[in-house]
Amino acid sequence: MNENQSKLNIGLSRMLCGGVIMDVTNKDQARIAEDAGACSVMALEKIPSDIRRDGGVARMSDPQMILDIKEAVSIPVMAKVRIGHFAEAQILQELGIDFIDESEVLTPADEVHHINKWEFKSPFVCGATNLGEALRRISEGASMIRTKGEAGTGNIIEGVKHLRTIIFELKMLTRLNQSELYAEAKRLQASVDLIKDVAKSGKLPVPNFAAGGVATPADAAMLMQLGAESVFVGSGIFNSSNPSKFAKAIVTATTYFNDADKLMDVSRNLGMPMPSLSMDTLSEKDKLQRVQVTVSLGLDDCQWMRCPKKINCNIVDGSRL
Amino acid sequence: MNIGILALQGGFALHEQKLSQLGFQSKRIIYSRDLDDIQGLIIPGGESSTMLRICNALFFDDLKKFANSHPVWGICAGAILIAGKVENPSQESLGLIDFSAQRNAYGNQNDSFIAEIKFEFLDNSLKECIFIRAPKIASIGPSVQVLATYNKEIVMIEQNLHMASTFHPELTDCTDFHEYFLKKVENAT
Repeated sequence: MNENQSKLNIGLSRMLCGGVIMDVTNKDQARIAEDAGACSVMALEKIPSDIRRDGGVARMSDPQMILDIKEAVSIPVMAKVRIGHFAEAQILQELGIDFIDESEVLTPADEVHHINKWEFKSPFVCGATNLGEALRRISEGASMIRTKGEAGTGNIIEGVKHLRTIIFELKMLTRLNQSELYAEAKRLQASVDLIKDVAKSGKLPVPNFAAGGVATPADAAMLMQLGAESVFVGSGIFNSSNPSKFAKAIVTATTYFNDADKLMDVSRNLGMPMPSLSMDTLSEKDKLQRVQVTVSLGLDDCQWMRCPKKINCNIVDGSRL
Repeated sequence: MNIGILALQGGFALHEQKLSQLGFQSKRIIYSRDLDDIQGLIIPGGESSTMLRICNALFFDDLKKFANSHPVWGICAGAILIAGKVENPSQESLGLIDFSAQRNAYGNQNDSFIAEIKFEFLDNSLKECIFIRAPKIASIGPSVQVLATYNKEIVMIEQNLHMASTFHPELTDCTDFHEYFLKKVENAT
């Protein structure tokens, strides 16, 4: 991905703003999503709640299944690869996917490295739970960031936490002076140059979408009001009692997120949302948001840190990396 | 002068930035009533099928009525929405310019591209044009004026009050296209 390709890829992200990206597992679902007004669909064999239920290794979907879905709709199609699995990404790029999601919902393939997304022409979206994580993914070439939330739970609490964290940390950056920015770059383990740019604009250089646990139109509206630029809905649509109705309601709620009257209207008589999980029933190891690189990394290993000392920061909290 | 930007879905925020850079007010349009105090309308890029589905029949008719006397500029998905006819697949459109739009005509995102294109109406200057999953202007009616072509494909047209481009000037630093549209709005009011 050269500079021009990066412009094209971030450009596509910008064109997906103010919309809903829906998980679909077959052609029929893809058509329902498109008819309801989805601006893109995510093709995958199992939606997150089923991945959670079934356990085992979750991998990239069968390319034929993704091609069938591409064939069925006119909107952009995304698909997921395992974190770090660049060969899966090569396959998706080859089949002409519009966006690759390097996703914590699948089982990671590499415990140290994310995919070097600059090596690809296709755009990537990556999950983040905080600003440092978002900026590291952007340094690696991500063209879109989404919050991780806790996929497959129908519980919005983690998505809200991650979105609020990123937005709070963005605001903080704009208040810091130059020397504080260097320290903050160290704390966030992110590129100083990127940190300086973000401190100036107060925004990520790529769109910031919300994902993970969206189950109702009100969930979507809440995330949009908090500052998300679009919403991903995974299990929330096709595990609800009336997918088409839920899909349309969430699309309307995403455009008219500030209009309580419309929100009330689309929320009435919707039927049952997806089956949900509360966070205290999930053990730490079952949380998908924790699925990522978790080994400790010396600061001097990080090309962006420019740290003169060889500090070995023993980071055990996976979310920091 | 107040310019509306259809904000049902898509890249509307970038046009706000462009217009404010040029010292103009803009307004996000999501209801029929929003059309009351604007003099021109930009329909941004995004997904045309999404915008169509969010736009109910009443709003759709009000957009048509608005366009009877006010300039509209459709960009990429917006161009598809103002076309006379849409193919691949066929869908409803506002019919503001007599042309046929072919959706996703260049292919998927891997086929998106950037080109340097010469614009006669901008003093023959070369402009960076960003095409993202762009439509093609497959055929035009006799009273449509071609403003630019690239590799024999028509990429920008106008007819009376309205104009359409299949590339995204809001993704570059150039403000000339927005200024051109603002002049059209000024002349119409």
